[in-house]
Amino acid sequence: MKELVIISGKGGTGKTSIVGSFAALARNQVMADCDVDAADLHLLLEPRIREHEEFFSSQSAVIDPERCTGCGTCREVCRYGAVSEDFVIDPIACEGCGVCVHFCPQEAIELRENRSGEWFISETRFGPLVHARLGIAEENSGKLVALVREKAKEVARQEGRDLILVDGAPGIGCPVISSITGATAVMVVTEPTLSGIHDMKRVVDLAGYFHIPVFVCINKFDLNQELTAQVETYCRERDLKLTGKIPYDPVVTKAMVQGRTVVEYSSGRVTREIETMWRRIGYHLAEV
Amino acid sequence: MIIAIASGKGGTGKTTMATNLAMSLARRNQAVQLLDCDVEEPNCHLFLRPQIETTEAVGLPVPRVDEQKCTGCGQCARICQFSAIACVKKKVLVFPELCHGCGGCVRVCPEGAITEVDREIGVVETGRADGIEFIHGRLRIGEAMSPPLIRAVKAKIDSTGTSIIDAPPGTSCPVIEATRDSDVCLLVTEPTPFGLNDLKLAVGMVRTLGIPHGVIINRADVGDRKVIDYCRSEGIEILMEIPDDRRIARGYSRGELIVDVVPEYEQQFQRLTEKIEALAAAEEVST
Repeated sequence: MKELVIISGKGGTGKTSIVGSFAALARNQVMADCDVDAADLHLLLEPRIREHEEFFSSQSAVIDPERCTGCGTCREVCRYGAVSEDFVIDPIACEGCGVCVHFCPQEAIELRENRSGEWFISETRFGPLVHARLGIAEENSGKLVALVREKAKEVARQEGRDLILVDGAPGIGCPVISSITGATAVMVVTEPTLSGIHDMKRVVDLAGYFHIPVFVCINKFDLNQELTAQVETYCRERDLKLTGKIPYDPVVTKAMVQGRTVVEYSSGRVTREIETMWRRIGYHLAEV
Repeated sequence: MIIAIASGKGGTGKTTMATNLAMSLARRNQAVQLLDCDVEEPNCHLFLRPQIETTEAVGLPVPRVDEQKCTGCGQCARICQFSAIACVKKKVLVFPELCHGCGGCVRVCPEGAITEVDREIGVVETGRADGIEFIHGRLRIGEAMSPPLIRAVKAKIDSTGTSIIDAPPGTSCPVIEATRDSDVCLLVTEPTPFGLNDLKLAVGMVRTLGIPHGVIINRADVGDRKVIDYCRSEGIEILMEIPDDRRIARGYSRGELIVDVVPEYEQQFQRLTEKIEALAAAEEVST
């Protein structure tokens, strides 16, 4: 079973639009949306929910005002400034470390589990999709990402599917690390802007840190040809597989507004390039 | 005043707004700080090209166990909620990358066998750029935990002037850390289904935090009208609209500010500042 994760470092370079198109082109795959705090893939895939589960992972401390004598021990031991002057714990600042619980002389504090999100297994016109929603202002996105990937693998095994297409999160932190560790390969979607290149390099280094093969795709390559050439040189120097260069075209946004992937919506140059890219990725995935 | 700039969706123009707003204030001789809190992928320096003057390492305290003193009682492993310290056959193992630095193990150890050492998670750099006081954080590659580094960047806030915070994308812990305690939050979006979906999440977040907010629509003439309809129905003010402009996009690709590429925007950013001040003032009256 192969698992390809689409990431970018910088947000808004086109990850989700490309994953949607790959979903339309691929055969026998499961999709996983691991951008759990701003998931968008469902907007293109119109999922019909098959299974729905709550996700409990984080906890926060709660003080029982009946028992609290206001001694101040909790305020003293908390490193996150989560206890107010009148001894109420701010659940957003609380890390759930439980140190206040342990040291409260009145045993007036307990840790309660938060419902920090939910996850779904759905059917789409391109096959199963595992997706999730992190609760507002919740943490532990990394654990939810790991869960989404695990469920996607389960579905793939049960249904005899041999590819998992993962839509990753922007950045290089907790959810991104959680979405790439142990994957077959990552594809970095970049754009020819100083920000796009800067962020691509950091996320390529991150993939290198975890020894994961990297493919690259340049989106809106015609926005700045000079910077596109820089990305190409970088790929050659770092021995990264450049899978394609997609031109800037308003058709991508038009397709999105219609809730369609661009390869379904148009047969123009963007679609042709994505189809070529997908064939190349097939060869590369077979090699790694 | 602290102004945070956030968005659920990435790539909508947070950094563009933060850098242009900061520059337009600086050019009117106002005291302004720019704090790039997108420590995973900081980009403001690419547009402002600051002269970096200081670099400090930021660490997270993690436990170190003195094996001479440790009796293997296991109390440290029991208090740790993050599985960062384990006690196997009377021997204590530490997993620093899982540690949240709460200090529970140090306090609970009856033998005083645990001390804390800093594990570096990134750096905070400060400098100046054309009258702007510049601060950003850079997370070490491979490091998962960005909130403590964001806290270190925000520790540099000087409340005498205007402090502009460029937040990371999303709505989870790093974004909360970056935006909390701001006086106003600007939510940057684009008029597309993805932009709208993620704007709703971001609005949910700022409402939970109780921060006055307004929306900026970037590439305002692409996509559809649903973002505008949503803002109207929710009573959220649209503070500024920036059309899709090839000059701006090309300038952006080279690290150029809108106020330099299309100078007419200076006035628009000045009007934006007035609207932000009005938003913050309205909140003060109502509370």
